[in-house]
Amino acid sequence: MSEQQDTPPRVGIVLVSHSKEVADSVARLAVGLAAGRDSAPVEGAGGGPDGGLGTSAELISAAAHKVDTGAGVAVLVDLGSAVLTVKVLLAEGDELPENAQLVDAPLVEGAIAAVVASAGGADLAEVAAAAEEAYHFRKV
Amino acid sequence: MTDLTDELDADVIFRWLTAAAASVEREADVLTELDSAIGDADHGSNLQRGFAAVVTALGKESPSAPGPVLILAGRQLVSSVGGASGPLYGTLLRRTGKALGDAERVTGAQLAEAMRIGVDAVAQLGGAALGDKTMLDALYPGVEALAAGGPHPYGAARTAADEGALATVPMRARKGRASYLGERSVGHKDPGATSSALLFTALAGAVADE
Repeated sequence: MSEQQDTPPRVGIVLVSHSKEVADSVARLAVGLAAGRDSAPVEGAGGGPDGGLGTSAELISAAAHKVDTGAGVAVLVDLGSAVLTVKVLLAEGDELPENAQLVDAPLVEGAIAAVVASAGGADLAEVAAAAEEAYHFRKV
Repeated sequence: MTDLTDELDADVIFRWLTAAAASVEREADVLTELDSAIGDADHGSNLQRGFAAVVTALGKESPSAPGPVLILAGRQLVSSVGGASGPLYGTLLRRTGKALGDAERVTGAQLAEAMRIGVDAVAQLGGAALGDKTMLDALYPGVEALAAGGPHPYGAARTAADEGALATVPMRARKGRASYLGERSVGHKDPGATSSALLFTALAGAVADE
C-alpha cells in the first residue's frame, strides 16, 4: 500500500499509533475509502521498540522516508508518546524528511481525509488542512 | 565536599548516567507499581530499557566532554524507551548537553544553568507546568536547589527533588494519561517525578556530594 510512483508526486502520510495493528489497519481503511482514485503513499508506524504497545522513533523515521516522494510528508499521531516523539524527531532536524510535518488531527478521521486529499493531488498544506478539518466534523 | 566552582569532566557525567541506570534498574518495580496506579504500568520497564541502551552506547562510544556524553545519552532514550518518558528525558539530557557545548570541563554552576535550559525544554515539549503532577515537580525544585549553590549543592538538589516528588501525592494530574483519571489521580505519587528524583540522587553520588 506504500509507494506508488504517481506523477506528480503525492504527499506521503505516516500514521503513528501506540498499536501496530491500529496504525496498519487505519492505513488500510483510509486507502480503502479513497478507492476509485490512485492512492497516496501511506505507512503505519505502530507499536514500541520492543514490538509491544508504545512508540518507536526508528519505525516513524523509516516510515517517513519510505513515503517521501518529494511532495512532503504528513505525520498523524494518536496521543502521548506518539506526539512527543514526533515533535522531538522534528526538532532534531535530520531524523525525518525535510518537508515532514506533524498534523494536528484525529487519527482515523484525519487519516481518511489526508489520504483522499493527497490522492486527489493536494499539496502538503492542503492535506494538513483536510486532516485538521476532521476535528470539526460533529457526529451528533 | 563539592561546590559549584568545582569542575566536572566527561567521567563524572558517565558515572552519573551509569548510576542513574543502576538506580532505575533497582527501582524499576517501584516505578511500575506507581505507574500502575495512575498510568499504563510501564514506566519502570521503559526506563530500564532506555537507560540500559544509554550504558551500552556509552560503552561503545564514550565522548570526551560532558556535553556530547549527555547528547548521546539523550538520543538513546528517545529511540529506545517507547513511552512518553523517552522523548521527555531524551530532551532533558540532549538540551542540557547542547547547552554545555564541547567544553572538556564545566563547572557545577554551568551544569546547573544547562540543566535549567533542559528542564525548560521538557516543560515546553510536554506543555506542562509546575503543579501539574509531572516529572517537572521534581526537576524544577532539584535544578533550583542545585543552582542556588551552598556547601552541598548536589545533596541539596537531591533532597529538593525527593521532596518535590513527594509533593505530587496530593496533586491532581493535568497532563498525560493520569489526567483522564481526574480526582482519582489524587493520593498517588507521580512516577515521572519519582524517576526524576532518582536522577538527582545519581548525580549527587557521581560527584560524591554525600
